[in-house]
Amino acid sequence: MQALSNRKKVLEQKKMTLVERLYLPAIFQGMGITLRHFFRRKATVHYPEQKRSVPAVFRGLHVLRKDENGAERCTACGLCAVACPAEAITMEGGERKAGEEHLYREEKYAVKYEINMLRCIFCGFCEDACPKEAIFLETTFAPASYDRNDFIYGKDRLVEGFKRHELVSPITTLKEAQEANK
Amino acid sequence: MIKVTIDGIELEVEEGTTIMNAARKIGGEVVPPAMCYYTSLKGSGGKCRACLVKVAQGSAKDPRPMPKLVASCCTNVQDGMVVLNSTSPEVLETRRGIVEFLLVNHPLDCPICDQAGECELQNFAFDHGLQKTRSEFHRREFDPIDIGPHIKLHMTRCILCYRCTMVADQLTEERVHGVLWRGEASEISTYIQKAVENDFSGNMIDVCPVGALTDRHFRFRNRVWFLNPMDAHRNCSKCSGKVVLWMRGEEVYRVTARKDQYDEVKEFICNECRWDHYDTKDWVVEGPRAVEKWSVITANKYSKETVELPEQLFSKLDNAKWDSFEGVT
Repeated sequence: MQALSNRKKVLEQKKMTLVERLYLPAIFQGMGITLRHFFRRKATVHYPEQKRSVPAVFRGLHVLRKDENGAERCTACGLCAVACPAEAITMEGGERKAGEEHLYREEKYAVKYEINMLRCIFCGFCEDACPKEAIFLETTFAPASYDRNDFIYGKDRLVEGFKRHELVSPITTLKEAQEANK
Repeated sequence: MIKVTIDGIELEVEEGTTIMNAARKIGGEVVPPAMCYYTSLKGSGGKCRACLVKVAQGSAKDPRPMPKLVASCCTNVQDGMVVLNSTSPEVLETRRGIVEFLLVNHPLDCPICDQAGECELQNFAFDHGLQKTRSEFHRREFDPIDIGPHIKLHMTRCILCYRCTMVADQLTEERVHGVLWRGEASEISTYIQKAVENDFSGNMIDVCPVGALTDRHFRFRNRVWFLNPMDAHRNCSKCSGKVVLWMRGEEVYRVTARKDQYDEVKEFICNECRWDHYDTKDWVVEGPRAVEKWSVITANKYSKETVELPEQLFSKLDNAKWDSFEGVT
């Protein structure tokens, strides 16, 4: 076959010397490197008992903020969903009724607001697009689960006030998941 | 036929044509924006001043320029007239001012407004307006009122184009709403919140350039750019029955009349078509509607080019006469 480029390298197999053929020196050299790493600083932590601190600009799970009076800021304008490159956000708007002024800041609010955390790529475009300063990305991330439906986060898990550290998936073991699927 | 030059492009039009309609014959950048002018409504135009143009030469007989900018929607062309639209910095500067005036009382709450995405004022302000508002005064506010079972009027967003009153006058038998008060205090209203109930009253929503008149069934339910506009028709005894279905999946969210490239409805539809048939079984769906590429409605959807089906492409090739290719084997 004709070479496609001129970067072809011809491999040549040299005959090994006696020291190389003995094999043991190379073994001890390798073990030495391994031993040296026992006394170095470890690169890993014992997750989930230990957790690494993340920088302040870390983009994790979303939160729908409330304003200073405790009313939801989101008006379901849909700009986050348009900006979303992964198409992870869906929503449905509704009209605020009289007497609900303390719950929703503007006359329109999101009745349904869902983010699919499996689709989300945590780029933060939704945060940039939001004209109402409602959606923000926090420094927590989604817990693992065996059920895909667990990753569709509704308003119950997105609106501010939800305790993130209590966020555990309802199904915890593979066995339970398999039983649930039966 | 008389000659007229708009932005350096010369064309011949019939006598009695307005500058606006002459420019629309050329199309593209030359067309002045319009907020109140509506081709199919008699007497519309001349109110919003968005379409002001400079007339550099009045006519061949009297080549003096017109002293002020003129509204192109209600000024007729004259033989040898030279019009400057987007090539005149004076016109563009004035339009910036017009946007500010239109927004003096218009709230900047596009995230809430249902018209966002298909709003003429939004497009106009995006093209010609300032990035920031300079007005520090309180905008006038009204409570939204229900005029009839189908239509909601939010006077806060109205820019007083008078289109909806003209629809009532010219399309329906009786007009029960109009403009109350005068000048800055004027507002669209019905007489003691009387219901607007007429077979063609729903067209008020379509002609409204802003989000002042909205569909109560669709209000706040979804954003227009999440919906797929589909051309559809049905046999209707009252109107042409040609509509656009705004769908998401199989669900029809709303039904509107078909708007052309200047956001104008040519065939108005009746209320029965608009509000009584939310089932796709009632309609013959023709296919996805071609949407202008710059429009936000195309977001995450198809473009105008991809709408063309393969069969249509083949029929085009058929028309191109295969005979001429006979020599090629």
